[in-house]
Amino acid sequence: MSLKQLIETGKFIVTAEVAPIKGTDTTELLEVAELLRGKIDAANVTDQQSSMMRLGSMVTSHLLKEKGLEPVFQMTCRDRNRIALQSDLLSASVLGIENVLALTGDVPSLGDHPQAKPVFDLDSVQLLWVISRLNAGYDMVGNELKGKTNFFPGAAVNPGADTEASFEMQIIKMEKKINNGARFFQTQAIYDVNLFAKFMKRVERFKVPVLAGVIPLKSAGMAKFMNKNVAGILVPDELIKKMTTAEDKTQTGIQIAADLIKNLKDICQGVHIMAIGWEKKVPQILAAAGL
Amino acid sequence: MKTITETKPLAEIMKLLEKHKRIHLIGCGTCATTCHTGGKAEVLAMKEQLKAAGKEVTGWMVVPTTCDPLTKYALKEESEAVAAADAILVMTCGFGVQTVAAYSDKPVYPGLDTMFIGWEQSPGRFIEICIQCGQCVLGLTTGICPVTRCAKGMLCGPCGGAREGKCEQQPEHDCVWVLIYERLKKLGMLDKLTDFVPPKDYSRMKIPRTAEVALP
Ligand code: SF4
Ligand code: SF4
Repeated sequence: MSLKQLIETGKFIVTAEVAPIKGTDTTELLEVAELLRGKIDAANVTDQQSSMMRLGSMVTSHLLKEKGLEPVFQMTCRDRNRIALQSDLLSASVLGIENVLALTGDVPSLGDHPQAKPVFDLDSVQLLWVISRLNAGYDMVGNELKGKTNFFPGAAVNPGADTEASFEMQIIKMEKKINNGARFFQTQAIYDVNLFAKFMKRVERFKVPVLAGVIPLKSAGMAKFMNKNVAGILVPDELIKKMTTAEDKTQTGIQIAADLIKNLKDICQGVHIMAIGWEKKVPQILAAAGL
Repeated sequence: MKTITETKPLAEIMKLLEKHKRIHLIGCGTCATTCHTGGKAEVLAMKEQLKAAGKEVTGWMVVPTTCDPLTKYALKEESEAVAAADAILVMTCGFGVQTVAAYSDKPVYPGLDTMFIGWEQSPGRFIEICIQCGQCVLGLTTGICPVTRCAKGMLCGPCGGAREGKCEQQPEHDCVWVLIYERLKKLGMLDKLTDFVPPKDYSRMKIPRTAEVALP
């Protein structure tokens, strides 16, 4: 079943992130696909994540699809102007890719090619608008397409914005994304379920499915690093303590993620697991969460 | 408002001047002087560095405003020293360098990197607040430019990455969308944030841009 159909059934959705490799050896990527097939509802394929040059997200999405894993093609506005974005959307459509996650993307200076010229011809909201146009059979300037796309567009939201201004604008922007075609949301990693529940209350009226981000902790150091460096992520002290004192850190990290998923189950429509190197452990996390 | 410049690394300047022995130096009395990159002091320091590297400096001058057409007359007055040189090193913004090139048959090289048109945020600290995009959207925000001051030039609101009001992508800067929110809130105009902003017309930035201005 497609992600759209699955979401429509009201089932608790599980998506997981798969990062394209740096290079052309797809062996491990295909192993991950094999392992995840049947265990998750869709796999998000990142687009030059953190501005690191890698294999393309469209080709990787296509490979996953061939392996029987439903892809969510992530698309950022960092590297392509509006001509290339639209063209890639047409190409993805021809390859049978249905789900697109529209993102603005990070600036190149954060990645491994900091000298690159950033594009940002469009932003995420405008990209969603463009996808809706293509779905309606027109390009963004109104030319009719011979054959239209049939995308199921999604978007990102950060429920952990730390100031009133940032938080309120996330909600305003979420609504703009919905008005421009976003049909589901995936969030930044959630560690504080109560705080997230408050966010979900605020956005309840939108009636759009939200998949809560889950990043399994690998160490206390990783948690501290994210607290310091990643906006919207706040790992509570209690979890950091758990990781510090854990004898088997891997098992503890998996258990924490599983517990989070269990708690999130009653609050939102699904989870989005960003395993960052632990892709092969996703089935274990899901089993521990009883999914 | 002024054109902000930075001095090029000396090694790069030496590479540019590799094939030339006799050099004439030109600075600018306006922006490059206030940036301490092309005023009298910097021109004289460059003269010493060139001499130390075995070059001969045939002369130097600091033109009052090098981007002005009057530079033509400054070059005329200095013609003897310029004629004696194999090349001119111009320590001004790109505008000044090209003005000198327009009025001189000598090879002209830039001694500075031209950065941006800067606004003095606090004494001595300049920030870029307008990239002259040709389709001003300040009406959306009532006076703060996201095209220039958001790291991603986002028109439809922030990325959600700000931490304590600072930009996720460039933490030395405020998240401009937080500034915009606070301004609109103060003005009771937060409803402006809900509008969809269509993609910008970047053809307005198609270079080189020209304008016909009526003469008096
Ligand atoms: S939108 Fe910004 S960059 Fe464009 S003209 Fe206005 S102030 Fe300048
Ligand atoms: S943090 Fe603010 S200024 Fe920085 S990229 Fe995001 S929206 Fe733009």
